[in-house]
Amino acid sequence: MEFSMGNLQFYWEKDTVLDFYQKVADSNVEHVYLGESVCSKRRELRLDDWLEVGRELSKKGKSVVLSSLALLEAKSELATLKKVCLNGELKVEANDFGAVEILTDAKIPFVAGAALNIYNQHDLKVLLDRGMQRWVIPVELSRDWLANVIVGCEELGIRDQIETEVYGYGYLPLAYSARCFTARSEDRPKDQCGLCCIKYPDGRKIDSQEGLELFRMNGIQTMSGSIQNLVNDLPSMEGLVDIVRMSPHSLEVFDWLDTFQQAVRDNKRIPLQGYCNSYWHKIEGMKSI
Amino acid sequence: MELLSPAGSLPALKAAVDEGADAIYLGLKNDTNARHFAGLNFTDKTMTQGVNYAQDRDCRVHVAVNTFAHPDRSQAWFDAVKKTHDMGADVLIASNIAVLEYAATHYPQLELHLSVQAAATNVAAINFFKQFGVSRVVLPRVLSYQQVANLAQDTDIELEVFAFGSLCIMAEGRCYLSSYMTGESPNTVGACSPAKFVRWEETDKGLESRLNDVLIDRFAEDENAGYPTLCKGRFNVEGDITHALEEPTSLNTLSLLPQLNNIGISALKIEGRQRSPAYTRQVTRTWRSAIDAMKKNPADFQVQEEWNKCLSALSEGSQTTLGAYERTWQ
Repeated sequence: MEFSMGNLQFYWEKDTVLDFYQKVADSNVEHVYLGESVCSKRRELRLDDWLEVGRELSKKGKSVVLSSLALLEAKSELATLKKVCLNGELKVEANDFGAVEILTDAKIPFVAGAALNIYNQHDLKVLLDRGMQRWVIPVELSRDWLANVIVGCEELGIRDQIETEVYGYGYLPLAYSARCFTARSEDRPKDQCGLCCIKYPDGRKIDSQEGLELFRMNGIQTMSGSIQNLVNDLPSMEGLVDIVRMSPHSLEVFDWLDTFQQAVRDNKRIPLQGYCNSYWHKIEGMKSI
Repeated sequence: MELLSPAGSLPALKAAVDEGADAIYLGLKNDTNARHFAGLNFTDKTMTQGVNYAQDRDCRVHVAVNTFAHPDRSQAWFDAVKKTHDMGADVLIASNIAVLEYAATHYPQLELHLSVQAAATNVAAINFFKQFGVSRVVLPRVLSYQQVANLAQDTDIELEVFAFGSLCIMAEGRCYLSSYMTGESPNTVGACSPAKFVRWEETDKGLESRLNDVLIDRFAEDENAGYPTLCKGRFNVEGDITHALEEPTSLNTLSLLPQLNNIGISALKIEGRQRSPAYTRQVTRTWRSAIDAMKKNPADFQVQEEWNKCLSALSEGSQTTLGAYERTWQ
């Protein structure tokens, strides 16, 4: 089992990002995703900067993938997406079927991101034919669902070509909207947002009136209120999952990366509190089992 | 510009046809469509009656098979496609690649529309789905009017937009809030914030609505208590109790009608298969009048007070909005 560092879903200042990737370079993670997948206005790092970070990580032996935007609305965003897809250096994670189209058209192999609706073996077959090399399962799917997809892939004779990645740790991306919730929470119109999400490096909490942590707003994205942590579910991924994704919201992710990697070796249960893991167990994602 | 009305039942279908809908859309009585609610949708028998009733009166029938096929029983989705074809429906509305491909290879003559659940918001995504022979795309409710107009210019495919009804504020088909809280989502079971998880409770603090035990909202006596759709609840954002995501409100684009016509929108979709036949009747009647008035005299089109009054009365929280069509909403 290998591990990946997911792309930063929150908006951090450039220096913080560069420091973060220095640590990633020194870590034991095998795969690294870079780039902006949430909001096209976030430009602390531009494409050239990401490519430069990618080069440094590649030198350290990491397998690097550039993530692309999940929700494309303006024409300018489509133009940016084309540049990302045709960057000429790094493999791309497609998070919208527009990216799949551009990559297929250019005959460039790709990773199918969690924001693509892939729910069964037939979807995978279509995408394999178009150059998909790996898929990240939608965050709402369970172990049972994944196992059924894999059985279906065996029946279609494509099991050997399927590489599967699962969100193992981090806040889960649950929804995308036209509305910027963070700007709205500060009474700012989206077009004059002032990039205020940079003030919330791990998002802004949305709790129930009874104090239950429900969601996190992250610009136009709504995330899970709890961090998903599948460290104790690693044994049940055997034979199904090739890569486990660590999705960062702080430097804590490095400790957890170590813990996950250790857990694979030791097969020991880690006491957890305040995390969720129940999408994997086929019930509401916010629960913990 | 076609008026497409929701038919959650045979009486609703008849109401829509009688009030002049150009087409109606419906779903089968199972989880292959995104309004899989108890008491809704069509059996073989009612579907046959519905298709006949509509087509005899020059009204086209669209069938939504727009959830995502489960890996262990994909055949149910393929069977729904077959049924759509065999029953003589005019159009299949689908979002899942597996379903689209099955339709394209098995029933190439069947007119195929891309469901809003596929979340195609840009030309490249539309081009991806063209490979399945899709002739029309239903646009997600996340685009501004200008973005819709740009798309209309940049693609030769027919575009359908939502004109009225409950407002989904997330890119459709890409929202898992419901399964995060209940285990069930539009993509997996065909329902958002499913009714079986809803609980109402009178308390000292007011009337409380809960979804799977989570407090969604609390209403004072003089407040309108709406269904606890989880994105429309009142939550706590660092001490502010607020509709953090969206207020209970409905989309109403009557005022945009001439513009949508000018940019060549092919169809206006009315949301609400889960609503009553009376809702379908009144909304269809109102939009029929509005579209006819606009076609007769596009330059002088004015929204009639009585239309807005009727639509507001049928809206969530009696409020309406232009939603994402208007930048200020975003």
